[in-house]
Amino acid sequence: MQSSNDRSRGGGSGPESAADHRTEPGGGYVETAPGTPYDGPRYHDPRYDDPWYDALASGWGESAAPGAAEPTVPPTRRHATGEPPRAAADVYLEVQRSAAFQEVRSRYRRFVVPAVAAFFLWYVAYVVTATTAPTLMARPVAGAVNVAMVAGLGQFLTTFLLTWAYARHARLRRDRTALELRWDTQELTRGMQGGVS
Amino acid sequence: MTGDHQTLALLLFSTFVAVTLGITTWVGRHRQGSAEEFYAGGRLFSPMENGFAISGDYMSAASFLGISGLIALYGYDGMLYSVGFLVAWLVVLFLVAELVRNCGRFTLADVVAARMRERPVRIAAGTSSVTVSILYLVAQMVGAGSLVALLLGGTTEAARTWTVIGVGALMVIYVSLGGMRATTWIQIVKAVLLLGGTVVLTTLVLVRFHGDVDRLLRTAAERSGHGDAFLAPGLAYGGDWVSRFDFISLGLALVLGTAGLPHILSRFYTVPTARAARRSVVWSIGLIGGFYLMTIVLGFGAAALVGPDAVRASNAAGNTAVPLLALDLGGGAQSTGGTVLFAVVAAVAFATILAVVAGITLASSASVAHDLYVSLRRRHSRPRSEVAVARVAAVGIGAVAIGLGLLARDLNVAFLVGLAFAVAASANLPVLLYSLFWRGFTTRGAVWAVYGGLVPSVVLVLLSPVVSGSPQSLFSGLDFQYFPLQNPGLVSIPLGFVAGWLGTVTSPEAPDEARHAETEVRSLTGAGAV
Repeated sequence: MQSSNDRSRGGGSGPESAADHRTEPGGGYVETAPGTPYDGPRYHDPRYDDPWYDALASGWGESAAPGAAEPTVPPTRRHATGEPPRAAADVYLEVQRSAAFQEVRSRYRRFVVPAVAAFFLWYVAYVVTATTAPTLMARPVAGAVNVAMVAGLGQFLTTFLLTWAYARHARLRRDRTALELRWDTQELTRGMQGGVS
Repeated sequence: MTGDHQTLALLLFSTFVAVTLGITTWVGRHRQGSAEEFYAGGRLFSPMENGFAISGDYMSAASFLGISGLIALYGYDGMLYSVGFLVAWLVVLFLVAELVRNCGRFTLADVVAARMRERPVRIAAGTSSVTVSILYLVAQMVGAGSLVALLLGGTTEAARTWTVIGVGALMVIYVSLGGMRATTWIQIVKAVLLLGGTVVLTTLVLVRFHGDVDRLLRTAAERSGHGDAFLAPGLAYGGDWVSRFDFISLGLALVLGTAGLPHILSRFYTVPTARAARRSVVWSIGLIGGFYLMTIVLGFGAAALVGPDAVRASNAAGNTAVPLLALDLGGGAQSTGGTVLFAVVAAVAFATILAVVAGITLASSASVAHDLYVSLRRRHSRPRSEVAVARVAAVGIGAVAIGLGLLARDLNVAFLVGLAFAVAASANLPVLLYSLFWRGFTTRGAVWAVYGGLVPSVVLVLLSPVVSGSPQSLFSGLDFQYFPLQNPGLVSIPLGFVAGWLGTVTSPEAPDEARHAETEVRSLTGAGAV
């Protein structure tokens, strides 16, 4: 549940205070709506929203949090400590193999695959039943409302419910890790050809 | 339709045109002429604004007037449309919106070309996007012509011709001068107007029945002459097996086509992040869902208060059910209330068409300039600014749409929309899903997936009863009908997926692991997104 915490470095917040005005926590409509909770400690740290912050000076990857078992992206520190930069393709391959990315991907797939299968089957079943078994659909339920009416409104209801469930799942289980991966990857590809296009 | 209706409707509509032209010039004042600005409006719209704009792009006159009319005539079978149009958004939300926002820049082809050889893929995806857009555009133009001619009284050929030309000219002005920013604001204004009008009419219907939905349904069923059968499926599509398969085909095209519509995909680029794209889709699902629920009430309300016979007498396809309902709700043909409501509905319907048409034109001009022109221009020719090409393309597409809209004016609007959805689902969706999710997908697979969906869907339509072989066909004198269904989706959508798979497994080149990794990482994290 808790995403990796390697952003919570021990350094002071002096150097990045210049960027503070850009993102008041919870104030910007872009990333955090008012009342949209994160599932972890709220970082009053502008760098979650600022891709161009220079992270080299900030002590990357120091997993100070209890969730230290969570995987981080390995290559970041090596680059920071002065190894020669590699091609952007290698960076993406390495990030793809990293455990943090695999976690984001499997969380996404574990929600989306069953959800797509469920609503698609339910929709196809509805259309096929409506066209092939009209007598079943015409069976009255209450007053003028029949099975067909209930099924049709049920489609609306499941669509709304799945939308809510997906948005909640993505917000709580993916967004944070994905955002960290994004900045990490961008740091690694910065300045390389074809990296940030 | 008396003169009062027309004057008031024209006045309201002129106000809308004036306001939107004002928006266009105001936006144009700040124009920088960059591609970012023209195609994506600077990418700084908020999720709520973009949610309204998406619903504005999606809720066409076919939904507002067409679905309500179908419900008024055929009862429950019309409702199946609104279900399909809404459920389709789950495909967009789950599989497309965020990932496309993260990977692409302006068009569908950007996403695919990121991991393939660029030129063939761009040409293929650009061609299919333009084809889908033009089909959709023609549907809206035909709708505009017949509707406005009907609503504003003059059913003469000249009135229709000038309406189509006028709509085409306006959309070219919006798009080529204002770009995405003006188009988005026009969508927002239109969505608010359309939703407002629908809420008012729905409330009036429910007030008329004292909030008793059961009585509304019973009255509609009695008045229809079909009794309880009116509230169950089967009146429109329950005939023989061909019509049943036709409906299943349409249902499939509706639910899978939305995710392949170029003008919907380009909307995700107007927000800054994938998270904002997701939240704008959540907004639009709320708005669109509410809207379709209300059109169901309006449809049954029209059946109950106006009656299917009166609706059919006014327009055989049922397109005038809602205006007639507005007239009745306002107090009848001679009353002030009736006149005002009727004029409002007419103006809203026309605004709807105008805004949708502008959105599609923008998306297709982006495909022409960003995909086709860049890939096809001669190497040695002097490079022109892409945005300048896009502006010219908007004019060209406007001209093509006006021409085709005048030629196809006797075709059924709902059919044309269904066809655009079928082509989008067959040609655009397979390649999009494969390149986002399939590790082994190759360039040949991508090209085959596009043409393997595009060619069958278009050919099957040409061989269908829509074009020849029945009295209602486009060429009723000829008979080269070999395909029984009107909508090709049931056959052509699987063909698109199979062709993509076949092209990939027969491909001599190995899939590019590194670029797949790049697509996957970028699509799920947003790294390197613009």
